[in-house]
Amino acid sequence: MRDRLTFAAQLVFTALVAAFLIVPAVLSMLAGVTLNYFRGIQSGLTLQWVVQVWQLYPDTIVRSFVIALATLGVTLVVGIPAAYALHLRNDRLSRTIEEIITLPLAIPGLALALALLLTYGGFSDFRRSWLFILAGHAIFTLPFMVRSVMAVFGAIDLKSLDEGAASLGALPWRRFRDVIVPNAAPGILAGSLMVVTLSLGEFNLTWMLHTPLTKTLPVGLADSYASMRLEVASAYTLVFFVMIIPLLVAMQIFAGYRGGPSALSR
Amino acid sequence: MSKRTFVGVCFVPLAVLVTAFFLLPMARLIVTGASGQDGLRAYAAIVLDPRYRATLFNTISLAAATTIATLVIATISGLFLQRRRFPGHALLVAMLTFPLAFPGVVVGFMIILLAGRQGLLGDLTLRLFGTKEVFAYSLQGLFLGYLYFSIPRVILTIMAAVEKLDPSLEEAARALGAGPWRVVRDIIVPALAPAFIASGAIAFATAMGAFGTAFTLATDVAVLPMLIYTEFTLSANIALAAALSVGLGLITWAILALARSYGGTSIAAAG
Repeated sequence: MRDRLTFAAQLVFTALVAAFLIVPAVLSMLAGVTLNYFRGIQSGLTLQWVVQVWQLYPDTIVRSFVIALATLGVTLVVGIPAAYALHLRNDRLSRTIEEIITLPLAIPGLALALALLLTYGGFSDFRRSWLFILAGHAIFTLPFMVRSVMAVFGAIDLKSLDEGAASLGALPWRRFRDVIVPNAAPGILAGSLMVVTLSLGEFNLTWMLHTPLTKTLPVGLADSYASMRLEVASAYTLVFFVMIIPLLVAMQIFAGYRGGPSALSR
Repeated sequence: MSKRTFVGVCFVPLAVLVTAFFLLPMARLIVTGASGQDGLRAYAAIVLDPRYRATLFNTISLAAATTIATLVIATISGLFLQRRRFPGHALLVAMLTFPLAFPGVVVGFMIILLAGRQGLLGDLTLRLFGTKEVFAYSLQGLFLGYLYFSIPRVILTIMAAVEKLDPSLEEAARALGAGPWRVVRDIIVPALAPAFIASGAIAFATAMGAFGTAFTLATDVAVLPMLIYTEFTLSANIALAAALSVGLGLITWAILALARSYGGTSIAAAG
């Protein structure tokens, strides 16, 4: 009896916590397709707000994807070789390097953004282009790629694979391309999903780094929250959810989302 | 090319990227912090100047309150979800972890929908008590927002730690006559301590540096990230903004490093 009471109490508590997290998300999705949120869902369903978002903010949506994919490209080119070298060396120097590249996660995005602005604010062509945002995103997401790939290297017998290929006469570059990279595929996939998800949602850095001509989706979101009617802001948020949910589902399926780095949102 | 050379070459892209867009800018930030009219003393202003000290105190109190509340909530729910299986279990876990990828701005908007001018709670209180409760833009709203983004990440760590807990210890304690509170106090809490430290540090550091949520809620509550932002953009007080953000970065970094030295292998996105 007492056990059943405890169970019921815990269940109600946990359901309330889940409701706290999910109810506003559901409200926002509904508000995005409701004719008049103030009058409620009875006022009818509509896609006009979503259409309006597409007319108002198309550039932000496209730019967010471009930056996310470019960030992925940079973290792949930089991160995979780095993870390989860090794993092979595994000495004090490599642990220091690992510490340094993980630092951007331990300091607030605002500080990093300020640092980039102070250093490159004078290079106006660079400062005005989306590449400036890319630089920030690449630094912030790189540790996720490196750690994710290193986790796979730690789990497989990289050394005998590498030596096996070497004994067959393969040169280092070929071994890297044909043996190391394919074997790291699960880590690369997990890291890629993480990098794209983080880049699409990044706000703290991007808000400081953007210009009126380089707005991303989260920057546009902040704009709409401050200046648009609730339905439009909600429809815009709905667009963001639609973009991000497939990535989260993919993470859960392919990458053991729960085992991955535990901190995502900023 | 020898293998040694190849491994060296593998570091080159990393070295270029990290030096150009992290190490050099951070060095510049630190130097700029000391370049104002007060020089190096700008760094001491965070604790010496009454206004900044009050803001620092606010930020730390809010982050600490968030951390404690999140740990309590996540422990109750985490224990429950890891120990019990029932229909709808997977759905409940999915609901609790879904907001993990929400940016701070979106979290702010969620709080507006919950407790803002057209919010659900205002609607409910208006119907039940005849007064419309609107607190999204106050300290409570900010606290709720910080709770919103802390719960999902802490709950995952706690669940993973509970999984490794040995239930026979609790059974033994009960067999020896310990009541439920004593089991919690003497068995469960000590066993989960490393997870508390690791996830608590992440929650604390994230709350200290959170900018998007405070920005969206546009509260009049002074928190450090908002202060840095206004000093930089509105007052153009660049040296001070730099000094404050170096100070904030040092605090969050130290908290995480301290927690990690207790054995947690956590990785946090402070924002």
